Amino acid sequence: MNKITKNIDEVTIRFAGDSGDGMQLTGGQFTTATAFVGNDLATMPDYPAEIRAPAGSLAGVSSFQINFGATEIRTPGDKSDCLVVMNPAALKVYLKNLREGGSIIANADNFADKNLRLAGYESNPLQNDSLGRYQVYAVEISKLTQNALKDLNLSPKIVDRTKNFFALGLTYWMYNRPMEPTLKWIREKFAGKEDIIEANTRVLKAGHAYGETTEIFTVRFEVAPAQLPPGRYRSITGNEATAWGLMAAAKRANLELFLGSYPITPASEILQELSKYKNYGVKTFQAEDEIAGITSAIGASYGGALGATNTSGPGLALKTEAMGLAVMLELPLVIIDVQRGGPSTGLPTKTEQADLLQAVYGRNGEAPIPVFAACSPTDCFDTTFEASRIALKYMTPVIVLTDGYIANGAEPWLIPKISELPDLSPTFVTNPEGFAPYKRDPQTLARMWAIPGTPGLEHRIGGLEKENITGNISYDPDNHHLMITTRGEKINNITNDIPLAKVVGDESGDLLVVSWGSTYGAVHNAVETKRNEGLSVSHLHLKYINPLQKNIGEILSNFKQILVPEINLGQLIKILRDKYLVDAVGFNLVRGLPFSAVEIEEKIDEMIKRG
Amino acid sequence: MNTIPIYTTKDFQSDQDVRWCPGCGDYSILAQTQRVFPELGIPKEKVVFVSGIGCSSRFPYYMNTYGFHGIHGRAAAIASGLKIARPDLSVWVATGDGDGMSIGGNHFIHACRRNIGLKILLFNNQIYGLTKGQFSPTSLQGQVTKSTPFGNIDHPFNPLSLALGAQATFVARTLDRDPKHMQTVIKRAAAHNGTAFVEIYQNCNVFNDGAFELWTEKDSKDDNVVVLENGKPLIFGKNKDKGIRLNGFTPEVVSLTDGKYTTGDLIVHNEKDSMLAFILAGMSGIPNLPRPVGVVYAVEKPTYEQLMQSQIDEVATKKRTGDLEKLFNRGETWEVK
Repeated sequence: MNKITKNIDEVTIRFAGDSGDGMQLTGGQFTTATAFVGNDLATMPDYPAEIRAPAGSLAGVSSFQINFGATEIRTPGDKSDCLVVMNPAALKVYLKNLREGGSIIANADNFADKNLRLAGYESNPLQNDSLGRYQVYAVEISKLTQNALKDLNLSPKIVDRTKNFFALGLTYWMYNRPMEPTLKWIREKFAGKEDIIEANTRVLKAGHAYGETTEIFTVRFEVAPAQLPPGRYRSITGNEATAWGLMAAAKRANLELFLGSYPITPASEILQELSKYKNYGVKTFQAEDEIAGITSAIGASYGGALGATNTSGPGLALKTEAMGLAVMLELPLVIIDVQRGGPSTGLPTKTEQADLLQAVYGRNGEAPIPVFAACSPTDCFDTTFEASRIALKYMTPVIVLTDGYIANGAEPWLIPKISELPDLSPTFVTNPEGFAPYKRDPQTLARMWAIPGTPGLEHRIGGLEKENITGNISYDPDNHHLMITTRGEKINNITNDIPLAKVVGDESGDLLVVSWGSTYGAVHNAVETKRNEGLSVSHLHLKYINPLQKNIGEILSNFKQILVPEINLGQLIKILRDKYLVDAVGFNLVRGLPFSAVEIEEKIDEMIKRG
Repeated sequence: MNTIPIYTTKDFQSDQDVRWCPGCGDYSILAQTQRVFPELGIPKEKVVFVSGIGCSSRFPYYMNTYGFHGIHGRAAAIASGLKIARPDLSVWVATGDGDGMSIGGNHFIHACRRNIGLKILLFNNQIYGLTKGQFSPTSLQGQVTKSTPFGNIDHPFNPLSLALGAQATFVARTLDRDPKHMQTVIKRAAAHNGTAFVEIYQNCNVFNDGAFELWTEKDSKDDNVVVLENGKPLIFGKNKDKGIRLNGFTPEVVSLTDGKYTTGDLIVHNEKDSMLAFILAGMSGIPNLPRPVGVVYAVEKPTYEQLMQSQIDEVATKKRTGDLEKLFNRGETWEVK
């Protein structure tokens, strides 16, 4: 049969089904095969907050989206080009996310009475004309799976569990992905269970063959390898990258890593990940609450470890007082906030950027803390490493902001050489001669780090105001003012230690879009699109929120208009207006979802038109 | 080999002025601690005092060791992180009934449960002193304080029972007015492997003066306090003429002179008996029963930090010392040329 192959630059596929349909696994395998081909990619899982929502229900839908291409990929994709659905609920939930004219591959066997009813369909959408705007492939995936395995004598339950491999095989055919990485994975994963290996292998191949031989599939797509910087790559999620960033920093600082933590969505994976590495100089402490999570980390830092704690918004609120203590004690500490929808319990599994002001300002008294934000899953590694560097060098707590979107999302990571990462080794004071707990480095204003166990340096620190240099308790009014300003100056000094900000696009023009955190990819794509259309628009992305880089004010002054898109009601914009007196305009959508590039593009058009 | 210098009490006194109210029971606790420390055989630089907030929590400033004055209630959590990171240190927590039983109650019970090697000294004065006289979680029911002008309606915690319920492995009580006894108990706590909890009856002469009079003053003490000694029967009274026996599971006071009971009928203290420990702790607050002081319970159990270290050793033996570079390159990777 004649099949046409089309070359395309970029594709977004979403696999969606019931929580029990193995969609995360399917997506993960597709990702590995795609990385194998050499495409750039970004992925995003989306799963229900409920652990076991009823089968077939809308609440129980789990999905995995992957965006891959021959060019640089910065987001898991806005709308999908192809939607694979294992049941009607999955179709119902994600159809709105499919682009006009996109493909739907549906397991027709699951579009029966009960499942249709659970999804709220009155009639079968695969059989009426409601999907006329899409390319629909209704495939009897369950039956075809059963046929492929009928001579194997497996229980119907086990047979049913392999059907996701049929869908995977079919998409491998459609997008011309190699089956070998998955076949290898099956052999390793199910080693010793020959019947399961045989079943999964057969079903994967059956799916692939179905695409090859059936007449309904006439087109397959080819996505050429992307031009990525050379080196060894792996796929990594934001939370993994954060955990590894901490480990790399501790390694390069020659310190033990201590993580004090309390489970909270979507940050728990960082604790889980680090708890695996007992033999890497990592100690994890699952504390009784968020407060003990941070205070134990402060105790560990006091003892000479790299103390860290991780949490999400509600937990950051609970850690507030202890963060102030760390400011006063001037001890290194890395605080990771994987932001989620708020306020209160909010939307635990959804993404948001609404903790920015909490991170920058949310403490009693004048308690400045550096705040850095990661912009992508792999950037979580760099940002956490950078935060550790600053924490150790300036003897200060540092907050790292990530969010649910990049924490769970994954992308290829150019694996760094540990030995090529900067040396972060701190100097512990050992000489009692001239020692004073609050004596400072004249350059950085960081105080000395003297750890218990060092003879002759016995001293006391605490949350009461310190006398300059001696660290004794002091109620002196002028001393208090001096200490407040010194602590502030120390944080401001960090601007001398971080690179200048760079604008993408022209250094001046009609419009500058300023972003921070996980909106990076969407904003970057939108600005690129608009620049290609000839609009005078540039992009400034901020990793350093506090302190801001030295040249931000100058950059902002070179543009007629400034747009600040944020997944909150306008938080960075408050800081920019406050610091630089600029008439910036916010673009704020708080839906628990990342921005799409199209939304930003529309806003850019609107701003440029208005002039 | 480094030998531990010979210390005197002075070596443990810092250069800071002590700022408790004159007559405060805290002075005695500080004095006994400073007296005992030279005998513990621990190098001074290995000692850390961690505290929260309250009168008691000023303690670290006055000890010439490493000291950490934390935030309200969190001393046990700070100290836990320190002890886990640095098992070589001797980590002490100075806390009060408000700091340790109220705002820090959660950290306290979890430290006990984990058996982290912390020595927790609870300065119990049954009142909030530093905030000037509100009731605390150990204040008595009916107690009139600044925030309970019509009498306290809360039921008080019994710190010993709380610690036992939280599975502490060392639970003791001592009195600010009995220096010798306190020294003995502090030494025992220091020697204990794991969480050691010491409740110290401490008089707040400004906001709750005389709260423990019955058990600390010469005239009444002997008839109202039973001093626990391991392996010995529970005898008390000015003339050593009274004892405690168990009637079923209920302790009762019996006379040793009326011919009905002899020493052989009395409870013999056994520090390792957890059931007995609950009974002894429960004697507090029951009218007509003397207050037990001394080591109520002391058993050896692996400590949190020991268990963590053996897990680290086990994993390191099985998987060798981790190589980060190898970890990063493990699993599914691919080369871009």
